[in-house]
Amino acid sequence: MSNNRLSLVWKGLIKENPTFVLVLGMCPTLGTTTSAINGLGMGVATMAVLIMSNVVIAMIKNLIPDKVRIPAFIVVIASFVTVIEMLMQAYVPSLYAALGVFIPLIVVNCIILGRAEAFASKNGVLDSALDGVGIGLGFTLSLTVIGAVREILGSGSIFGLSLGISDYMPLVFVLAPGAFLVLGFLMVLFNKYLKK
Amino acid sequence: MEYFAIIIGAIFVNNVVLAQFLGICPFLGVSSKVETSMGMGAAVTFVMALSSVVVWLIQTYILAPLGIEFMQTIVFILVIAALVQMVEIVLKKVSPSLYQALGIFLPLITTNCAVLGVALLMVQKEYGLLEGLVYSVSTALGFAVALVLFAGMRERLEFEEVPKVFEGVPIALITAALLAMAFMGFSGLV
Repeated sequence: MSNNRLSLVWKGLIKENPTFVLVLGMCPTLGTTTSAINGLGMGVATMAVLIMSNVVIAMIKNLIPDKVRIPAFIVVIASFVTVIEMLMQAYVPSLYAALGVFIPLIVVNCIILGRAEAFASKNGVLDSALDGVGIGLGFTLSLTVIGAVREILGSGSIFGLSLGISDYMPLVFVLAPGAFLVLGFLMVLFNKYLKK
Repeated sequence: MEYFAIIIGAIFVNNVVLAQFLGICPFLGVSSKVETSMGMGAAVTFVMALSSVVVWLIQTYILAPLGIEFMQTIVFILVIAALVQMVEIVLKKVSPSLYQALGIFLPLITTNCAVLGVALLMVQKEYGLLEGLVYSVSTALGFAVALVLFAGMRERLEFEEVPKVFEGVPIALITAALLAMAFMGFSGLV
């Protein structure tokens, strides 16, 4: 049993990595990864919503008529997004300000609706929670890596700690084109070394 | 002059796709042909214009007076989803030819974060009804411009030999980076 469940978590990291393999949730991936900490914050917020919505949808899946399941899923997801939004506003206001409009936009992140439809609506509560953890960790890891690469290349620091090379770094990596460029090249590296 | 600044700002300077990263999924997904990206652009413009008016009315006359602005996310996404469905039904009855042209793109728009994003940004910027409408239509035009330009580049890419590991999304992203760099030239315009 434990082996099976462990693989449920593990697959989200590499084999079904939401960013590099499934290419889902691109907007927050590009929009919030100006630094490692922002990427991490966005990943954790999304993971929290994903786990909670997966659990609730797995619990109520038999109560929802098939025809209205998508709107019902969206309401569940939107409720949790609102909860997370208010929590972040209260406890991490600087991160909340940095992520801006992308926090309410977690609601239209296709990863979450995708997992609700493809996994939580067909599986038990515990499995759905673990699936949420796996995919959420994969997403968080990707965002943190992208954020870290952009932060190092663009502002010469990591997690806000200066590496003392900031004067020599091209600022473009923390601007819009850098997001596309870094994600593109990281995807190439991922394809080359990890996707087997 | 004020409207002019909003229009130029939304189309070029703060391009919704290339500078604000909203609506990336259709940008990468639908943009392999110039023709389909024009259709998608038109459908998004239509829905964004409609939804901005409806969302503005709801925000001003329901959410704000009742003091329940925290319900924004839930209310807006439901309104947009319902609106898209309604547009689909109405269009099917009233103008079958337009429905044929836009129909396949409409269901995709509900999950286009640009629509919800613009609705939220419009409220955040405290625009009036007309300003909001101008803002959302220009944003949608910016989306269409980026999409069509990108589709043109990708049509050419199809005939190029791309290294195996770059095929598909990675080369598209790198192309988008070049396009975004070109759009950076507009910064400081307004």
